Order: sequence, then structure tokens, then C-alpha cells
Amino acid sequence: MTPATPSSPDLEAPRLHVAPGPHLVSGGRSTRGMMVDVLVGLAPVLAAAVLVFREWALLQLALCLVSCALFETLFARLRGRGLRGRGLRGREASLTDGSALVTGAILGLSLPWSAPWYVAVVASAVAIGIGKAAYGGLGQNVFNPAMVGRAFVMVSFASVMGAASYVRPGADLSIVTQATPLTAAKEAAGAADIPGLWPMFLGVTNGSLGETSALACLLGGVWLCWRRSAAWRIPAGVFAGAAAAAAVAVLANPASPLGVPHHLLAGSLAFGAFFIATDPVTSPLSHRGQWLFGLGIGVLVITIRMLSNYPEGVVFAVLLMNAAVPLIDRATIPEPLGGIPSADREAAS
Amino acid sequence: MRSFPGGVHPPDAKTLSGDAPIEAPPAPAQVRVPLLQHTGAACESVVKVRQQVMLGELIGRSEAPVSAPVHATVNGKVLKETVATLPNGRHVAVLPIQAEGEQLEGPAAVEEILGGEWPTDGLDAREPEAIAEAARAAGLVGLGGAAFPTHFKLRPPAGTRIDTLVVNGCECEPYLTTDQRLMEEAPAPVVAGAMLAARAVGAARVLVGIEDNKPVALAAMRAAADGTGVEIRGIPTKYPQGAEKQLILTLLGRRVPGGGLPLHVGVVVVNVGTAAALARAVLRGGALTHRVVTVTGAGIESPKNLLVPLGTRYADLIEMAGGLAPDAARVVAGGPMMGFAVGDLTTPVTKGTTGVTVLTAADLARERETACVRCGRCVDVCPMGLVPTRLALAVRAGAWDATRRYSIHACMECGCCAWECPARIPLVQLIRVGKAHRNAA
Repeated sequence: MTPATPSSPDLEAPRLHVAPGPHLVSGGRSTRGMMVDVLVGLAPVLAAAVLVFREWALLQLALCLVSCALFETLFARLRGRGLRGRGLRGREASLTDGSALVTGAILGLSLPWSAPWYVAVVASAVAIGIGKAAYGGLGQNVFNPAMVGRAFVMVSFASVMGAASYVRPGADLSIVTQATPLTAAKEAAGAADIPGLWPMFLGVTNGSLGETSALACLLGGVWLCWRRSAAWRIPAGVFAGAAAAAAVAVLANPASPLGVPHHLLAGSLAFGAFFIATDPVTSPLSHRGQWLFGLGIGVLVITIRMLSNYPEGVVFAVLLMNAAVPLIDRATIPEPLGGIPSADREAAS
Repeated sequence: MRSFPGGVHPPDAKTLSGDAPIEAPPAPAQVRVPLLQHTGAACESVVKVRQQVMLGELIGRSEAPVSAPVHATVNGKVLKETVATLPNGRHVAVLPIQAEGEQLEGPAAVEEILGGEWPTDGLDAREPEAIAEAARAAGLVGLGGAAFPTHFKLRPPAGTRIDTLVVNGCECEPYLTTDQRLMEEAPAPVVAGAMLAARAVGAARVLVGIEDNKPVALAAMRAAADGTGVEIRGIPTKYPQGAEKQLILTLLGRRVPGGGLPLHVGVVVVNVGTAAALARAVLRGGALTHRVVTVTGAGIESPKNLLVPLGTRYADLIEMAGGLAPDAARVVAGGPMMGFAVGDLTTPVTKGTTGVTVLTAADLARERETACVRCGRCVDVCPMGLVPTRLALAVRAGAWDATRRYSIHACMECGCCAWECPARIPLVQLIRVGKAHRNAA
């Protein structure tokens, strides 16, 4: 702010500052506010997880939140950046932007109830360190940080993360004595061996903490889209792509115990569609791109479920489509109102 | 009703000055008349220092086709030519005129310029070329802000068929009420001017678009247009509804081609203020010497709509509106969305000055910039269908190729993206830098 020097003697010299317009900005939103929206949207999912898995859910989630916050602090220090955004151009707000907590919450909810403590800690370190900080922090990362951490521990600790680890025969909590619906389906002889649609919708089945209740994901996810903190086209694309691919799978293999509704309700499809795929940093900007991205994830999830050894495919489907985002963005540059002038079109080609 | 895609809804703050009738304060002691007040070539002075001039006398002209002459805006004596910096940063020659003797001011000025009868009979019989020539001789330019010479618009190239004349009464920019007050208090010259403009371009149809947050103006315009064939349309209030391409899309469903002009879809657009000034130029032979300027904002003691001579300094305007409030922090030429902040209150009012908005520190409270998380809100609100964050970050990275791929020149700098951006990235400013780089290359 520098004092203006009006040469008009009849006016007291006021302190005027100049800056580029627009001179007013909407008061409503901030990056942090959008992160808070995601945490609020996750509340029903968390509630469902606690109802189904009791203290296991709380422990796992707390471990991930604390680990992610600590690693965020650590990596911010390592990069020589402040935690409250006092760095270069004021853009390096780190812990206070809330993104570490979102990563922690999504990571925690994507882990099995039974995963040992070190899994959560290692996954958090990889998510924040390799998934985000290594790229230059929030907004620069190519892959969804929580999924980077999740994929890392899934491959590294296969014995404690595999399908068998979800099941503990004889446990007090009866749900965890059963196989997860998708694992059951892999081994099932007929429809009688897998849970019904209603329990799968409500979430009273075994699985990763946040994925069991499609209802909770739907509640939180629709709210998130309504707040425009998630692009509705992405979950819509995921469900549409998964439904189409599942229909093909069912037609190709009529003996499968899984119908299209099972595919949509099972595993972490709903959780992934609403909370993982919608991470704006790692998804396309254009509306057409968002459709493509969602459809791709949906098709890939079903493909992995049907053709690979993994019972579920959301983690890898999201990571694969993340990698395709720059291409999608490039291929779906929206045409401006009125089209591109023909001279520019020729110059570009 | 359908509207253009995108856009935002900033608080319009029009109640600050919306009830203040247009008034003409005593003429200032001195005016500073720029020799370039329009888009196009600058004028050359045709007067000498210490020459006595009369209100409306020609003082600057240019032979260039895209230009508009300037006239003395007070009775008085020409002082030595000097230089002023206009709000857009351009340095232009100005002719200061010392006011001497009787002046056109007060209620008489309002009556002279906007009052009286504005008959609409027989306008069809006027020669189109005579209308355009009257607009040129009067120094008429678009009064909505862009200041494009009106005579040039009124002479469409041979072979162009214009079917519709659109009159822009949207005034979508927050705070400003010049067009609103004009339509409420003097709808007759607006209607007459619209009919003259339609006659000049050969348009069979006249459509006036007015945002539906101005019910009084809508009613006054409907009453004035009754029986003339001029159609008055209330359209959704959404910024930037008054942008030419958006208005044409809303009213007619036509898309002006990229890099093209409204005439490429058979349309000519004039602002309501321009229409009123055209009626005066044609029917009364009056040069464009005065305009209505809204002086408003929480930083102004008593917001007003002032009919003032062109060349009036901002400092005088602010005095006429009761002065600056103690917490005034920023003086903006125009409205808060597209206006430019000025640091020098000797800046003169030009033909394109729609208002002066003075904002307070509280209005300006801004948060620190944070990282872009690609939330896409800028994409959702961009009325031109662009991807502002890609453009802005490409400029920051010096990726000039990408700015072309993303059609940087389609941006009209309306500010919707920067208004909306949760990360508070100065998107419009970065895009301006990118355009300047492309133009310089």
C-alpha cells in the first residue's frame, strides 16, 4: 500500500491502493473449505464403519489421521516450507489446508479393519511423501495420494492385506467371521453363498472400513456433489461404466452369482466413485473429461474384478485413470462459446 | 427463461445509488478532455492555447475511419495540452478547459440533454446514412464501457444483412445504476434512439434486454415503447448478462462465432445510453458532451448518479457525491468486476466511464493465495466456455503454446473465474499477461 498523491488540493490525500480486478471476490469458499466438505461428506461413512466394525474402525482411522498429519509436518519441514503458508508467494500452506486429513481419512476408511498398525503408518508415509510431497505438494500430484499409499501396502504386505486377512473365524464380532462379498463370489458355487442385496446396500457385510455401506457413501457423496465440492459427472460415470461392464460380464458368464446390482453395491465401488475418484487434483477439469474418467474407472473396476486375481479393483482402476488425466485433459479441451476462429484452428493443426 | 451458460451472482449493491435521481451538479472549474476516449485512433487538437471555446464546439478530430471527434464540454478557455493516464493504463493527450461564463448545469442540463419530447413518428423516413453521419459528427461512442465508435457500427459493411438491433439495458456490472436510472427517468430518448439505430442498420426488429432486477426500468421502458414495435424483454439477472455475446445468446439463441462480431449473426448491439445519445445527436444535433456517471460504493458519503461534462476529474466527481468515507480504500473506474483501480484522482471522466466505485478496506478483505486444486469452479462459471485455471497456470509457467490451445483470446476478462476461485488465484490478471505476450509476439 502506497499513499496516492492526488494533485487536487481540494481533497485530502487518501490512501488508495490499486490492484487488478475483479475487486470483489465471493466470500463463500476456500480450498480449506472444500477439504472440510469432504470430511463432512465422509461422516456417514465413518458412522457406518463404526456401527459395523466398532472400535476397530475408530482405531484404524485415528492411526491414519495422526500419521498423515505427522508426515505432512515432516515432509513440509524437509522441503523447507512452513506449515501455515508463509512460503513463496504464500502458496505453500501445508497442514492448515486440510488436505492431509482428507488423505488420512480416505486411507483409513480404505484399509481392512484387521490391518496391523504398521500398515497404516507405512501407507500414510507413502501417501503423503511419495503420493504428494514428492510432486511438489497439494495441487501438483498426479496420483490420488491415499490410493498410492493403499496400493503400496497392498502389494508390500500381501499376507496381512489379502482377502483372507479380512476374516477371523470365531471372533466376537460375527460380521468379521464371514468372507467379503466379492471374495465369497469368487469362490461361490451359487447365489446362495453371497450376501443379499439389502445387507450389501446397508453395509452389514465384511470388507474395508468405509466400503461396506453403499447407503452411507450415497448420502455423503450426494451431499458432496450438491456442495459442488465433488464433480457429479465423475461418480455418475463410474456407476454407468461399472453397470455397463457388469452387464457384459453377466452376459458372458450367466453362471456367475453376481448380478449387475451386486457389482454396483459390492466392494468399494460406491466409496471410490464418490470419495476417491472425485479428488479434483487428480481428475479432469472439463465436463467431457470427467465423464470419460468416471466411465474408465467403472469399466476397469469390473474388468479387474472379473479377470484378475484381486477380488476388487478400485485402487488400481483409480491409479490407472489418474495416469490418463493429462491425456484426457488434452483431448477434451472445451470449445469456447462461438467456436475457435478458423485462423487459429489452422495455426494449431 | 434460458440464459447463457456459466456466470456468477455477485451481490449487485445497486440500492446504494439506485434511488438517486440523475442530477447535474454545478460544472467543475476545469475539465480535462482526453483526445482519445474511444477504441480506435486518437484525435488531433484543432484548437489553440487560450482559445475561447463554446460547449459542443469541435476541439479534436481524426481522419481515421475508426475514431470519434471530441468536443468542448464546458464554455471556457483552452489551456496547454497535457497528458493523463486513463484507468486502463494508457497515456493520452488531454486538453484542459478552464470554465468561464455561463454553463449548462443543474436541472437545466438534465432537461436539455434528457428532457422534453422525443417523437417516434417519422423516424422510418430518415436516411440511414444521415443517422450514421450524425452519430459520427456528435462524437458518439458506445457508452456501456467499451467506447467503440457508434458510426462505424451503424454502417455495416456492404452485403451484411442485419435483422435485429439489440439494445443493451442489462447493466449487469454490480453497483452501477447509470443505465437503470436513464431507463427509469428518460425512457423516451432510449426508444427513439433504438429506432434510429435500427433504421440505420436496416434491422426490422428492435429488442431491448433488461435484467429482471430492474422492474421499474422495465415498466418505464414498456410504457415508452408501447405502440412503437420496440420489444422490451426482461431477462435473468446474472453476471455478465450484458456482455455482447452472452446477451445475443440469451435473447436470440445465436452464437457469435469465435473472433467474430455480432454482425456476423445479423445483429448490432447498442447500449441504452448510446441509444439516448444517438436520439439527441440526430433529433437535436447535440454533440456528446455529457454523460451519466454513477458515483457509488461504501467508500462514498452519498452515492449519486451524476450528469457531468466529459473530462470532469474523479476528485471533483467524488466531491459532488459528498466526498470519500473515512474507510475508503480503492477507487475503481467502472464497477468492481471489470473496472480498473485508479491511483490518481485527476483522472478524467471519458465517454466510456460508466461509474466510479469506491470500495472500503472491508469490501476488499482478501485471503492469501493457495494452491489450485483443480476444483473446476472457474470452468463452471466461465461464460465463454474456457478453462481459466489452465490458461492462468500456463501463463505462469510461460507455456505460451498451451495458452493458444486453450483459446486465450476468447477471454473477455469478465472476472467470473477470479470471483469464484476458492484458491484466490489472480486468474484474470494472469490471462491479461498471457494475451499481452501473445500480442507482442
